[in-house]
Amino acid sequence: MRICTPVVAGWFTGDGDGFRLLGTRCSACAAVFFPREDAHCRNPGCSGGALQEVPLSRRGRIWSYTDSRYRPPSPYVTDPELPWEPYTLTAVELESERIVVLGQAVPGVTVADLAVGMEVEVVPGVLYEDAETIWTTWNWRPTGVTK
Amino acid sequence: MELAAYGGDEVMGDVAVLGAGMHPWGKWGRSFVEYGATAARAALADAGLDWLQVGSIVGADTVRGGYPGYVAGATFARALGWQGARVTSVYAACASGAQAVYSARAQILAGLADVVLVVGADAAPKGFFRPAGGDRPDDPDWLRFRVLGATNPTYFGLYARRRMAVHGDTLDDFAQVKVKNAALGALNPNARYRKRVTAEDVAASPVVADPLRLLDICATSDGGAALVLSSMEFARRHGVDRPVRIRAVSTVTPRYPNTVLDLPDIATDPAAAAASATEPFRASIARAAYEEAGTGPEDLSVAEVYDLSTALELQWYEDLGLCGAGEGAKLLWDGATAPGGRIPVNVSGGLASFGEAVPAQAIAQVCEVTWQLRGHAGDRQVSGARVGITANQGLFGHGSAVIAVR
Repeated sequence: MRICTPVVAGWFTGDGDGFRLLGTRCSACAAVFFPREDAHCRNPGCSGGALQEVPLSRRGRIWSYTDSRYRPPSPYVTDPELPWEPYTLTAVELESERIVVLGQAVPGVTVADLAVGMEVEVVPGVLYEDAETIWTTWNWRPTGVTK
Repeated sequence: MELAAYGGDEVMGDVAVLGAGMHPWGKWGRSFVEYGATAARAALADAGLDWLQVGSIVGADTVRGGYPGYVAGATFARALGWQGARVTSVYAACASGAQAVYSARAQILAGLADVVLVVGADAAPKGFFRPAGGDRPDDPDWLRFRVLGATNPTYFGLYARRRMAVHGDTLDDFAQVKVKNAALGALNPNARYRKRVTAEDVAASPVVADPLRLLDICATSDGGAALVLSSMEFARRHGVDRPVRIRAVSTVTPRYPNTVLDLPDIATDPAAAAASATEPFRASIARAAYEEAGTGPEDLSVAEVYDLSTALELQWYEDLGLCGAGEGAKLLWDGATAPGGRIPVNVSGGLASFGEAVPAQAIAQVCEVTWQLRGHAGDRQVSGARVGITANQGLFGHGSAVIAVR
């Protein structure tokens, strides 16, 4: 039995419809940071409040997108024995936080399926697997698409 | 600072460019030290100065040369022969060269040195740039590769697609940038790629990061560039009455919230809690340079901008204020940025023709502007060039722009 482990600890949580990216919110200026800031608020006009973990909006709109037609170098993990399968990268703007978050699209979604402004939602995904571990991540999925 | 006219009166804060030199760009398979030392000797010869007359050397670092790369100033000084000069080594990714010029200028204006040699060189790997080795989960540059496989071209692809959606740019617009720059690179003996390219060639090259193709994206190259800078007083004593002068060096950082996804970040700053949207980072880099030089986009004769991709060159047109937002492609097709146009851009051939040799590239931009302002640019010469700007952006928030006049 392999263990599911997040590729980065503390960046996302939950399963299925309960899956969320996790950021931190400054209690003084309400800025939300992703990846999380746990030490200091980065707003230079803020006196600096406590930073509390918050789930990010589940849905957002595509700011832009691209794909990776060639195998990225290490530390991206791929199996050199297998032919390279391009994947799609999506930058998504979350309306309430006013933050753009990059992520891979769910497998099978290509750039031909996407448009700037399209609504997407965050879902759990698998980055890669090895003998002991399934390394999990987040993916963006168009809301019109069912898995 | 107010300027009555260019080419005449010297402005406090000017430093003289006495020499410029390069090692040709390519994939030569040798050490960055050799490229840097060759460029340094060329710049010294161009200045008519001996290395023994140099009081300070500033090296732009490379992360690809091991420890000697992190202490590039000393590495080049040793290669040229220890002679006791002050030494500085700086790193700011793609903006390292501008930081080196900035440091040299500050030393001259502070009276710490009369003559400063600025050198940058790199020996690039095949294929994509990658982060430094080891497991470093607190390093955003490592994380973007580990978690997303987000190479530099994927960011260029995101920017290009965004322009297509917001401004209506097309693949033909992007290809035309390559066509223009390749035709200029064909005239430059220091360029790596010296063949003219057609729009059909661009369209036939493989997609690397949609919508960008191989010929839309700059390669990674070996190369070296160097400048000899001096005080205006030294230049006069040296018998140079009208040197090219550096009048501004912009090394600004972004302002929060930075709402454009920048290399190597996985997300932007949040805009929701901030007072109001500020000007985009790239535009602020140019504005700071214009303000320091007391000049503006209407005064420019030439511009060297960082065309990491064809689409990014169009973005720079707008960020430099050569045209309004979304008008970059029109400016290109009108011929304004080609030789003979209102403001020729990347007459060197740009990164499209050079490929990027990271710490050398911003210095190479200043070399080209220097030759243009002297009227020594050969077949690439922009007639009557008086004011030039260089612009780029180093990852992790490094602005870089230099304004030179003659």
